[in-house]
Amino acid sequence: MQAFEYARPSTVQEAVSLLGNSWEDANLLAGGTDLLSLMKDYIHTPKRLVSLKGIKELEGIRKSAGGLRIGALVTLEELLRNPDVRKEYPSLAAAARGVASPQMRNMGTVGGDLCQRPRCWYFRLGFGLLAKGPNGESLVPSGDNRYHAIFNNRGPAYFVSASSFGPPLVALGATVNLVSPSGTRELPVEKFFVAPATENARENVLAPNEILTEILVPPAAGVRNATYEVRQKMALDYPLATASVALRMRGNTVASARIVLGHVAPVPWRAQAAEKALTGKTLNAAAIEEAAKAAVQGATPLSMNGYKVQLASVAVKRALEEAAQART
Amino acid sequence: MAETLDYSWPAKEKRRVIGKPLPRIDGYAKSSGRAKYAYDVHRPGMLYGALLTCPHAHARITSIDTSAAEKSPGVMAVDLMARPGEEIQYAGYEIASVAATTLEQARDAVRKIKVAYEVLPHLVDERDLAKAGSRAKASGEQVSGDPDQAFKEADVVSEGFYGIPVLTHCCMEAHGQVIEWKPDRFDYWPSTQNVSGVGGDLAKVLEIPATNVHTHMEAMGGGFGSKFSHDRIGETCARLSRKAGGRPVKLFLDRSTELEIAGNRPSFFARIKLAAKKDGMVTAWESESWATGGPGGANLPAGSLPYVFRGVPNKRMTHTSVSINAAPQRAWRAPNNPQLSYLTCAAMEDLAAKLNMDPVEFFHKNLEYAGAPGPDVFRAQLQKAAELAEWKKLWRPRGQSGPGPVKRGLGIGFNMWYGLGHASRALTRIHPDGSVEVEIGSQDLGTGTRTVIAMVAAETLGLPVSAIKVKIGENAYPPSGASGGSTTVGGVSASTRKSSMNALVKLFEVVSDALGAPPGELEAVGGKIQVKGNPSKSITWQAACKKLGTKTIQEMGENAQRGPGGLINGGAGGVQIADVSVDTETGLVKMNRMVAVQDCGLIINPKTAESQVYGAVMLSIAGALFEERIMDQITGRMLNPGFEFYKLPGIGDVGEIIVHLNVEPEHDKRGVIGLGEPPVVGGIAAIANAVANAIGVRVPVVPLTPDKVLKALEGRA
Ligand SMILES: Cc1cc2nc3c(=O)[nH]c(=O)nc-3n(C[C@H](O)[C@H](O)[C@H](O)COP(=O)(O)OP(=O)(O)OC[C@H]3O[C@@H](n4cnc5c(N)ncnc54)[C@H](O)[C@@H]3O)c2cc1C
Repeated sequence: MQAFEYARPSTVQEAVSLLGNSWEDANLLAGGTDLLSLMKDYIHTPKRLVSLKGIKELEGIRKSAGGLRIGALVTLEELLRNPDVRKEYPSLAAAARGVASPQMRNMGTVGGDLCQRPRCWYFRLGFGLLAKGPNGESLVPSGDNRYHAIFNNRGPAYFVSASSFGPPLVALGATVNLVSPSGTRELPVEKFFVAPATENARENVLAPNEILTEILVPPAAGVRNATYEVRQKMALDYPLATASVALRMRGNTVASARIVLGHVAPVPWRAQAAEKALTGKTLNAAAIEEAAKAAVQGATPLSMNGYKVQLASVAVKRALEEAAQART
Repeated sequence: MAETLDYSWPAKEKRRVIGKPLPRIDGYAKSSGRAKYAYDVHRPGMLYGALLTCPHAHARITSIDTSAAEKSPGVMAVDLMARPGEEIQYAGYEIASVAATTLEQARDAVRKIKVAYEVLPHLVDERDLAKAGSRAKASGEQVSGDPDQAFKEADVVSEGFYGIPVLTHCCMEAHGQVIEWKPDRFDYWPSTQNVSGVGGDLAKVLEIPATNVHTHMEAMGGGFGSKFSHDRIGETCARLSRKAGGRPVKLFLDRSTELEIAGNRPSFFARIKLAAKKDGMVTAWESESWATGGPGGANLPAGSLPYVFRGVPNKRMTHTSVSINAAPQRAWRAPNNPQLSYLTCAAMEDLAAKLNMDPVEFFHKNLEYAGAPGPDVFRAQLQKAAELAEWKKLWRPRGQSGPGPVKRGLGIGFNMWYGLGHASRALTRIHPDGSVEVEIGSQDLGTGTRTVIAMVAAETLGLPVSAIKVKIGENAYPPSGASGGSTTVGGVSASTRKSSMNALVKLFEVVSDALGAPPGELEAVGGKIQVKGNPSKSITWQAACKKLGTKTIQEMGENAQRGPGGLINGGAGGVQIADVSVDTETGLVKMNRMVAVQDCGLIINPKTAESQVYGAVMLSIAGALFEERIMDQITGRMLNPGFEFYKLPGIGDVGEIIVHLNVEPEHDKRGVIGLGEPPVVGGIAAIANAVANAIGVRVPVVPLTPDKVLKALEGRA
């Protein structure tokens, strides 16, 4: 790990002022569960670390008429234990429950989870975010892509978005607040994640001198929501594919639906065909089956990840089945 | 002088310590973190080492420039481990090392070493034999009997393809050591399976007298066959220490290098054809296999297929060894046996399915062909395993597991192993204050060796286990063999039994007059020495030892090389039955249960013995469902050198494990047989067979990950 300077500000304003114009100048440190491994592997080599841990305003979960406010420093365990989350946002609770291990959930923060870097093995081995070989060619399409994207994978990005919270937050229509020296912007989570086009771009819209301060989730009253994760291992593993659904019901009929796939594209992937297929339908087995099929229409699997198409479809089916069972 | 002593184990009903399920004597030290592993050794003034490894799978070094690294902050020594002009055969090969004041400085510094390479073409993947070209070396056909005739006369012929990839050892404690090389003293704290030998081996390479070398290892975090040698990392660590003026240097592989180069188990792929009669009796075996274990390829040991079912009369085998640009294989817990068991048991279960036979009945019949421990032992084990697995209630013919997307299945796998005991010497001391110590230059790999030594000494001396101080892990102690081949328990139990009995006889001689009976008529029981069978004529252990005055008794005991004797034996076997559920929509396999029935002779400590089987079953689950070394064909690099993508099961993934150890008199009377290896052999076969049974189709290549399971299901549809 390259030597670095360490700063521990106590306000967001102070923190922002300690950041720089490039990722080499400074990195934000939350729980450190991702950042430290990146630094040990020399994937990140910031000159300064700005710890967020002393900033009180980034803490806490607060429920109000406007919905749920989750501070960026809220740990995954805190989120999982929160009674409001468990009761009204089962899709978020399921995402939190799936992450790694108790140790990771106690250290990892929701902000850090959303901002964690992709797990693409070429990236983690030092071949760059876009995984280029010695001649500038992308390594993924002809390499080992068993864990890579099946949607939005026409390059140059082939990795999958790593965050388990991205899909349920997109499904719930959540927004994030981003603070930089030029002020605060509020953005739908859906717009926060992007597929980078160049090696210098990132998998989200954050600027090097910007902090994700909080997440705002609209009220869930009347919204049936669920997340289903296909995981090979019970612990210490990322899912192979997930689906988060949020359904606004009119009686037994789906008034509107948001269906978002996880770990299948460089961003949380809205399955709009599935949303359309379900809207206006009675939430029964046939409609669920149809939506599950529609969800993977247009998938473009790579040489080794065709199986993920099936997994994504099953995840949608099972998430919908769970939502159908849920009380509103 | 004593006549030749009868060292044999006490009769089963007379044992007071042996056979009791006792917790490890070092259990508290380990679980509280007080046990010191080599990685925990911290010496005053210690420097930290780091390695620079080759990023290319095949390359020639054109130049190396260490000048910037030498000037890097904190750097005290730099050592070159390769030279310009050298051809490197795999990524991860060590090029240079650096010792610095902190680990971070050392890691920063190695990155400043500039190495230029001429990159050469590589082959890192042996799965497609057609692509191996000149890297594939076929050995001649091995034929016995008349396979052509047998296939002609067969009622049923079954053909299949099966594969098992390269695995790495994944030692939780990485390979490495601390070395302090002073002019006339060389202190060495390795993580090793060979405490007595590894220091001398290293001394030879470094050209220093073996007498200077002091090897120390208190606790060990896993070897599995990969830690017999000092390795190149040991040599370079020594040179760093010398270059840094004799300061101690700690140098361990980092996790990714550990997974890349510190040991792997060869792959095995085979097309197998079997012939059988209608009654299920196999009549012929034909296999074309290939395998790799790195640059040196991997051979098929003669006569090793079919596994267990050695007596199949007609056989034809060809094997191709493929040389690839990946680190060389090392012995992996029961070398080759898990692969051979999988190939054999999978092909045989496929045949049973084709015959519409219940595999229990099918294997029972074909165990006629079994080698040691013989058809009867295996058959009894198969029956026991079937009973514990509720075979009659749960088993359905292949693919008929019932409706619904989740299918349940059962499958069988077999194991066999040699055991015996390595050469081992022990020294038992009885002090005038009554305290007892046993010294052996052995090692406890986590298997419970320390506890076993204490139990044998305690049994022999009629004392509680807590009265025995076990001293192992120093090469200053009497030499004892490396821990490989499941030979440790045989070696140390025999040497400890003998040294302790020899010492006890000396104590008998001292108290003989006081008890009014010749030494040969005394016995040590319950903390006393008494006239055999007569507790009224006794003296306490303390009082007896006091009679030694100022003289400590010190006696040796020896287990000679490997041969079976009165105390130990070899040739054990076992049967495992897996019970799985497969979600046919996701391809996910879940372990419900694994039943392991195992024979290991006389069992000194049922608790540590069972633990060996639990651990082995977990490794089998890992190999069957999760583990594989994934090599990237383009870059030639290992893509999963870390525990995120090199998947190992967690406790939630293993399901229930039922261990049944054979303790019947016919097993017990054979003496002690090592158990480290056999139970890790048949599990992959059992799980793979259970999956085939559940979903009605063979998933040919393990690990049985969702992609492969779904693909096999697609093929069926
Ligand atoms: C074995 C394992 C399994 C895992 N499985 C899962 C899983 O299934 N699903 C899942 O979603 N995650 C998983 N994780 C990831 C884990 O959830 C994240 O590592 C963790 O949430 C990151 O939080 P942190 O606070 O430690 O972030 P840090 O490591 O401190 O930071 C991560 C990154 O985000 C940036 N950052 C942090 N906070 C902010 C902020 N407020 N504003 C802007 N940038 C910020 C940092 O600069 C850094 O680049 C797994 C991790 C491991 C090790």
